[in-house]
Amino acid sequence: MSPRAAWRLEGLGFTEVYDYAPSKVDWFAAGLPMEGELASVPTVCDIARGDVPTCAPRENVGEANERIRGTGWDRFVVVNEERIVLGLLREKELASDPEATAEEAMRPGPTTVRPDTPAKKMAERMHKRGTASVLVTTPDGELVGLMYREDGEHAADEQA
Amino acid sequence: MPTTIFRDGVRKLMEEGAQLVDVLPQEEYGQSHLPGAINIPLKELNRETAEQLRRDKPVIAYCHDYL
Repeated sequence: MSPRAAWRLEGLGFTEVYDYAPSKVDWFAAGLPMEGELASVPTVCDIARGDVPTCAPRENVGEANERIRGTGWDRFVVVNEERIVLGLLREKELASDPEATAEEAMRPGPTTVRPDTPAKKMAERMHKRGTASVLVTTPDGELVGLMYREDGEHAADEQA
Repeated sequence: MPTTIFRDGVRKLMEEGAQLVDVLPQEEYGQSHLPGAINIPLKELNRETAEQLRRDKPVIAYCHDYL
């Protein structure tokens, strides 16, 4: 639809016309601002914890363990220089060979959800699947944060 | 020929004062739209409705689906 609109605008004499082909779906999925009725519905982006610890693929598991001690966190998200999510180091992986790199020890390809997913819907889905947390990334795979189901349930209660 | 643009390009052009046009039906626009976008549904896009757009600024059209 937008390509036709862009062509139409050119036909009407506008000289600098662009077609945002990926559409508003792409915009909202990246967690960018929204206006309209749905703007007040809490999303996973609103409740994701952006301070979830990250580590580089070449960091040693032993170093990662040192760094996480006393922080209250139990996992690392393995990201590259662009903050693209590569994998997860959970307690199980953190307990593996301390000389291994994060890349070698990580659980690759973790499930992720988009920032514009409604928090209530996500919490319900996680409850059904027995999932406690899920990573939130942009459509490009860039880390936004970690969403906990209990945060989603809390947001849903507040919304009700 | 209109130029296809992606998210970063949209953000940059918005900072430079580009105009966003949501060409979806009014109801869908009411539910959600990009900040500052105006609504001119494709079926209503004509010389008269386009008058609300400035000709000296870039115009970015968008809809809902991926092509």
